[in-house]
Amino acid sequence: MRIPPKYTQIAAITILGAATVFTVAILIFILVFVLEKGLPILSLNFLFTSPADMGRSGGIFPILIGTVLLPLLAIIVAAPLGIATSVYLVEFTNESRITRLIRFGTDCLAGVPSIIFGLFGFIFFVTILGMGWSIMSGGLSLAFMILPTIIRTSEEAIRAVPKAYREVSFSLGASRWQTVRKVVIPNALPGVVTGVVLGIGRSIEETAVVIFTAGSSLLIPTSVFDSTRTMAVHFYILAREGLSMENAYGTAAALIIAVLIVNLTAYFMMHRFIAKRN
Amino acid sequence: MEESKKVHDIIDIKNLDLYYGQFQALKSISMSIQHKMITALIGPSGCGKSTLLRSLNRMNDLIRGVRITGQVLLDGKDIYNSGMEITELRKTVGMVFQRPNPFPLSIYDNVVYGLRVAGVKSKSQLDEIMEWSLRSAWLWDQLKDKLHHPALQLPLDQQQRLCIARLLAVKPEVILMDEPCSALDPISTSKVEDLMHELKKDYTIVIVTHNMQQASRVSDYTAFYYIGNLIEYADTKKIFTAPGVKQTEDYISGRFG
Ligand SMILES: Nc1ncnc2c1ncn2[C@@H]1O[C@H](COP(=O)(O)OP(=O)(O)O)[C@@H](O)[C@H]1O
Ligand SMILES: [Mg+2]
Repeated sequence: MRIPPKYTQIAAITILGAATVFTVAILIFILVFVLEKGLPILSLNFLFTSPADMGRSGGIFPILIGTVLLPLLAIIVAAPLGIATSVYLVEFTNESRITRLIRFGTDCLAGVPSIIFGLFGFIFFVTILGMGWSIMSGGLSLAFMILPTIIRTSEEAIRAVPKAYREVSFSLGASRWQTVRKVVIPNALPGVVTGVVLGIGRSIEETAVVIFTAGSSLLIPTSVFDSTRTMAVHFYILAREGLSMENAYGTAAALIIAVLIVNLTAYFMMHRFIAKRN
Repeated sequence: MEESKKVHDIIDIKNLDLYYGQFQALKSISMSIQHKMITALIGPSGCGKSTLLRSLNRMNDLIRGVRITGQVLLDGKDIYNSGMEITELRKTVGMVFQRPNPFPLSIYDNVVYGLRVAGVKSKSQLDEIMEWSLRSAWLWDQLKDKLHHPALQLPLDQQQRLCIARLLAVKPEVILMDEPCSALDPISTSKVEDLMHELKKDYTIVIVTHNMQQASRVSDYTAFYYIGNLIEYADTKKIFTAPGVKQTEDYISGRFG
């Protein structure tokens, strides 16, 4: 027996709608759960005083610094490398077996669990290069972790620049590099920046890589070769060791707000990018 | 005929074959383009008009798998010779595309793009050539007060003439136009056609069109192409009144195409 389209349509809308409501509800539940417990703890005082007694009391000031420095270093390293790679792949190589292999490789790397990057960073930067648990080791390891994402998003953005712009540029006597510099990159920039911002978000959230490579010092770092800890790591340690659930939630709330800010920025950039292209 | 208009070849195409991979898109084409004249390429879609046009400033080099044999002489020099400076060639033989395609930049920055990539830095020089180019494309009066507005906000026919201005700024000798009016309405089209007549005083123009009235209105010479072959090439008047080949006659009388 055939069910009339009118009813299958109603059923489909109901199921799809329910799935959406369910997803959004879970997201809101998590957010409300963490923020409800964390926001009362969160204050300027909490953000700007150092922790005491392993974090049982006091604030998260050194951790705030670590949370800014590690992603910053990661992005300073990964953004130029990733953008340069994607420009090279799209503009200066022909689609061939080798470029497909590179693309496959970056896709695989993007899917590798972050703890593998942590382990690699620990062996390579911390041990072999003797950088110890430090902002340097952590930043570089995070850089490797976000590199594939940056390469892929930049590649997409560069590919999306209309072919006509390139043709016109060549027809006016520009070289390929001039075309890349004056036409391709400016037009791909919003998309490229979006990828970079997503990379920042991922390094802020990351726990495993940071524990393995930057350690978990609670002191205010004085050089890039000092150990530090980020909010994600701080939360993990406070909660796991049962040191202070209150401060753990305070840290979690700060973390969520930071990630939200970063992702909202990415969202609005993406939005502007699409609006501009149409 | 005045001295500067004395008929001579500026481009000489000799036995040009062009392959996209295995597919031969141009079959032993030989034709000469007359200096400071308008030459129209007509023929049904897919017959190789754009391909021929793009082989005159080596834009086909950008497509992978293109293979070319034969010669294209520009002022007697083979442009496919390895000694040819390709960026110079593209400035000498400039191109106007089918869809108006200003960069998403200001009007000013569009016009001076070619100068900037050529290394011109002096503001006064840029300003001067910019004004001259916009005047030559009949845009100066309309646009002089909004030079820093986005070019993409202009109406399509002004965008297309801006693209012509952007090209004139690099001082081409030959202007290749690939169906430059196909995105324009009839009024805008006639403005661009009038401009072409004006430009003919100083430039050699090769225009691809599948609008037969346009070819007969604007061009001095017309070449009829059919599946990669040059079927007939003669005075425009002759092609449209007394074509020498049956296929040409069938095409211009609308029996196929
Ligand atoms: N980049 C390309 N790769 C392969 N074949 C092409 C390419 N461009 C054009 N062709 C083919 O070459 C022939 C001539 O194309 P084109 O010069 O664009 O014709 P026209 O401009 O007369 O419509 C067509 O059969 C077309 O399919
Ligand atoms: Mg065409």
